[in-house]
Amino acid sequence: MKYELQLKNIAEGFRKDVENLSQQKISNCYQCGKCSAGCPVAYAMDYPPSMIMRMVQLGMHDQVMSSNTSWYCVSCETCTTRCPREIDIAKVMDTLKIMAQAGSYKLSENEIPIFDWIFLKSIELTGKIYELGLIGAYNLLSLHPLKDIYPMGLKMIIKGKINFIPHLFYNPSELIKNIRMFKLIRKKDRERIYEKNA
Amino acid sequence: MARIGVFVCHCGTNISGVVDVSRVAKYAESLPGVKVAVDYKFMCSDPGQNTIIDAIKTHNLDRIVVSACSPRMHELTFRNTLERAGLNPYMVEMANIREHVSWVHSDNKELATEKAMKLMEMSVSKVRRSEVLTKMFAPIEKRALVIGGGIAGIQAALDIAAAGYKVVLVEKESSIGGRMAQLDKTFPTLDCSACILTPKMVAVSQDKNITLLTYAEVTEVSGFIGQFEVKIKKKAKSVNSKCIGCGVCVTKCPNKKSLSDFDGRLGPRKAIYTLFPQAVPNVPVIDRETCTFFLTGKCKICEKVCPTSAVDYTQQDELITEKFGAVVVATGFDIYDHSSYGEYGYGEIKDVISSLQFERLISSSGPTEGHVVRPSDQKEVKNVVFIQCVGSRDESKKRPYCSRVCCMYTAKQAMLLKDHYPETQSYVFYIDIRAAGKNYEEFVQRAQNDYGVVYLRGRVSKIYERGNKLLVKGADTLSGAQVEIEADLVVLANGLEPRKGAKEFSQLFHMSSDQYGFYNELHPKLAPVETAISGVFVAGCCQSPKDIPDTVAMASATAAKVCAIFAKEKMEVEPLIAGVNQLTCSGCETCYNVCPYSAIEMKDKEVKRGEVRHVAEVLESVCKGCGVCVGACYSKAVDLKGFSERQILSQVETATMPITNS
Repeated sequence: MKYELQLKNIAEGFRKDVENLSQQKISNCYQCGKCSAGCPVAYAMDYPPSMIMRMVQLGMHDQVMSSNTSWYCVSCETCTTRCPREIDIAKVMDTLKIMAQAGSYKLSENEIPIFDWIFLKSIELTGKIYELGLIGAYNLLSLHPLKDIYPMGLKMIIKGKINFIPHLFYNPSELIKNIRMFKLIRKKDRERIYEKNA
Repeated sequence: MARIGVFVCHCGTNISGVVDVSRVAKYAESLPGVKVAVDYKFMCSDPGQNTIIDAIKTHNLDRIVVSACSPRMHELTFRNTLERAGLNPYMVEMANIREHVSWVHSDNKELATEKAMKLMEMSVSKVRRSEVLTKMFAPIEKRALVIGGGIAGIQAALDIAAAGYKVVLVEKESSIGGRMAQLDKTFPTLDCSACILTPKMVAVSQDKNITLLTYAEVTEVSGFIGQFEVKIKKKAKSVNSKCIGCGVCVTKCPNKKSLSDFDGRLGPRKAIYTLFPQAVPNVPVIDRETCTFFLTGKCKICEKVCPTSAVDYTQQDELITEKFGAVVVATGFDIYDHSSYGEYGYGEIKDVISSLQFERLISSSGPTEGHVVRPSDQKEVKNVVFIQCVGSRDESKKRPYCSRVCCMYTAKQAMLLKDHYPETQSYVFYIDIRAAGKNYEEFVQRAQNDYGVVYLRGRVSKIYERGNKLLVKGADTLSGAQVEIEADLVVLANGLEPRKGAKEFSQLFHMSSDQYGFYNELHPKLAPVETAISGVFVAGCCQSPKDIPDTVAMASATAAKVCAIFAKEKMEVEPLIAGVNQLTCSGCETCYNVCPYSAIEMKDKEVKRGEVRHVAEVLESVCKGCGVCVGACYSKAVDLKGFSERQILSQVETATMPITNS
C-alpha cells in the first residue's frame, strides 16, 4: 500500500474546506467511477478523478495536493455533466488548484501554474492575449527556451499569425481600471481562501 | 355527581421504588368525587383486578382511574375489568406513573411523587367528564377485489379463494401473468419462469371462487372498508365466450404493423393477438386502434376463419359496478425508460437494449425463439456488456433509490447467455453488488467464478457506435484504470419504477404515494401491507421494488389480512372517533380536505326542521380517531369521543394548578 490512512486527517476539515470553497457536496460521491470512465485525460493523471474525490472525503490532503490530477484537468466538464450525484467535479478540480497555490504545498506540476500566471498577466496588462510575450515568457520561465520555435513558431511568424507588437489599450485609463479589477478579484479570492482555511 | 375510584399500582418496586404510592392514594382521596383510593402491589394481576371489582361494588363507583403504566400496556385489561364489574368499559382513565415518572425521575423522589400526584389528578378530572361510549359494528361484504394479475395479484387471489371467499381479479391486459410471464428464468435457482407461473395462472382460471376480469380496468371507487363500491370498465375484446383458443385468427391476421409491447417492441404483433402462447384466458383480443377492419371497414378475415364464429365486432365497452369488502392493489411496475440517458444513446441505438428486452430475446417463446441476436442486423453476439444501475441510484435522473433486483437479474442474464452461447464473453459494470437474499451472494459469485463473467467496478460514461460495433467507455475504480470494450450488444439493467399513471390510480382510493409514485404502506415495519385506507392493501412492486419471493410473501400477507376482515360476522369499530355537531357545522369542508383516511363525507342534510344544509358527516367505520379534523374545524363542530375538548381542557386546567396540600 502506498499510503496509510490517518484517522486524525479524516476528522480534520480538509473535506469541509474543499466543500465550502467549491460549494459542492463531496460527501455525496458514492464512487461509481463515471467521472473516471469518461475523463479524456485520465490516462495522464496519477489518480483518476473518482479516486481524488475519495481522497478528499478521507482528508488525504498531502496526497491530493501532490497529485497532478487537478493540474491535468482540462475542464471539459464531461464528469460534471454525467455525475449521477450532481457534483461539479471540474469545479472541485479548480478549487484544488486554487488551494494548492494558496497553501505552502510543493506543487507536483510547475509548468501549468506558470502558464496560467503568464496568461492572466497578459490579460491584465493588455486586455487580451499577447501571443509572442506569452510564448517567450513561458519558454523562458519553464526553462525550455527553444520549445516549438522551429519550425512551427517560425512558420506562424512568417505567415503573420503572431504579431511582434502587442495590442495595447487605446486609453491608458482602461489599463488602470483593468489592473484595479484584477487586484480586487485577487484580494477577494485570498480573503475567501484564508477565511475558509482559518 | 360522579363516583370515582382511584387505584394506584406499585408495579412491584418499579413505581413504589421511586414514587410514594401511599401518598398518591391519600391525595386522591382528598379530590372531589373520589370515593375510594387504594394502592396495591400489582393492579393488573387477578387479585388486583378483583380489588377494583370489589371496590366498584362496595362503593357503588361509576368510573375509575388507574395510576400505573402506559395505557398501551394495560388499558385494555382494565376496560375488560370494568366490563366484568358491569360498567361501561370506556369509563377508565390511566395515569402513566411508571414510564412517565418512576423510570425517568429516579433521581428525585420527592418531585417524582408530586408529578405522579399531578398526573393522577389530571386523569381524575378527565374521567369526571367521560361519557358512556358503545362499541360499533359495521357490515362486511365478503368479496375481495384484487387489482393486477401479476404474480402478486395471482397469489393474493388464490390465497383468499382458498379460504373460501369470493375474489374478483381485474387485469388490464388480455392475459394474467404480468411481468413474471415476460421473464425467461428466475434467480437464484435458474428455474424457468413460465414453468412455475403457468400452473398458478391455470389454478386462477379454474378456481370456482375467483372471477377473472381480463382486459378490464378499475375506473371509480367509493365507499369504505366492508362496503367498497367499485366501477370496472370491461374493454371490448371483440371476441366472445364461444372462443376455444385455437389461434387460427391470430395466424391468419394480415396486420402485423404494430410492435409487441410484451416482447419489448422487438417483434411484430398482429391486430388480433394473445400476449403469449400460455395466456390465461387463452382468448385473443382485437386492438381496435390498429385493426384494419376498424380503421378502414374492410378485412374481416378473423371472422371468416373462426371455426366457432366467436369474433364479434359489435362488442362494446361495458361498465359494471360491484361491491367489495376489501381490496388488494397489486399494480406492479414499469422499467425505467433509458431514453433520458444521452450517454447511452437516448434509447436510439438499436443494439443497446433494456433488461426486459434481453429476457424476451433469450426466452424460447420470445420474438427470436431464444436466439440472442443483435436487433440491428440479426447477427449473433460475441462480447456483451451489461450496465447496472440505469435509472437507479441516480439523483440526476430523480431516481436515487436502489431497485433491488438488477444486481441479481444481471448476473442471471450473464449466466444464461454463457449457457446458451459458451463462446460469448460478458462484462458487467456495477457500482455495488447488492445480493442480500437466500443464496443470492453465492449466485453472483458463481457468475464470476464458474461462468467467467468479468465484473468491472464503475459506471459506464459513454457508449459510441463505431462501425457495427459498440464502443463502451468505462473504468474500473478498484484498479484506477480506464477500459474500452468493443461490444456487440449492450444490455442496460433498467431500474424499476411505478406503473405509468400510478399516481392517478392511487387517487381512486385516496391512497398516498411517495415522490416516485410507489404506494405508501401504513407503517414501514409493522404494517407493511396495509395502507392508510382501511381495507385497502398493497402487494408487490407497486409499493417498492422487490423480487419474486418478497412479492409472493407480501401477496400472501395481504390475503391473510383480507381473510381476517372477512372472518368476522360484523366489523367491530372502536368508538373513539370524531363526531360532528351538525347544528354548528358551517360546511366549509376543511375537515373533509384534511382527513388522511377520507373518513368524512359532505352531505346535504336536514339539520333542523325545514333547514337543509351542506354539512360534514363522519364515516364511523373509516375514522381512526386521529383528531386532525378537530384541530382544523373553524366552528368547533367536531369533537373526538373519549378525548373531547371538555376533557382535555379540564386536564390542562388541572395541570396548571398547584397541588393542594391536605
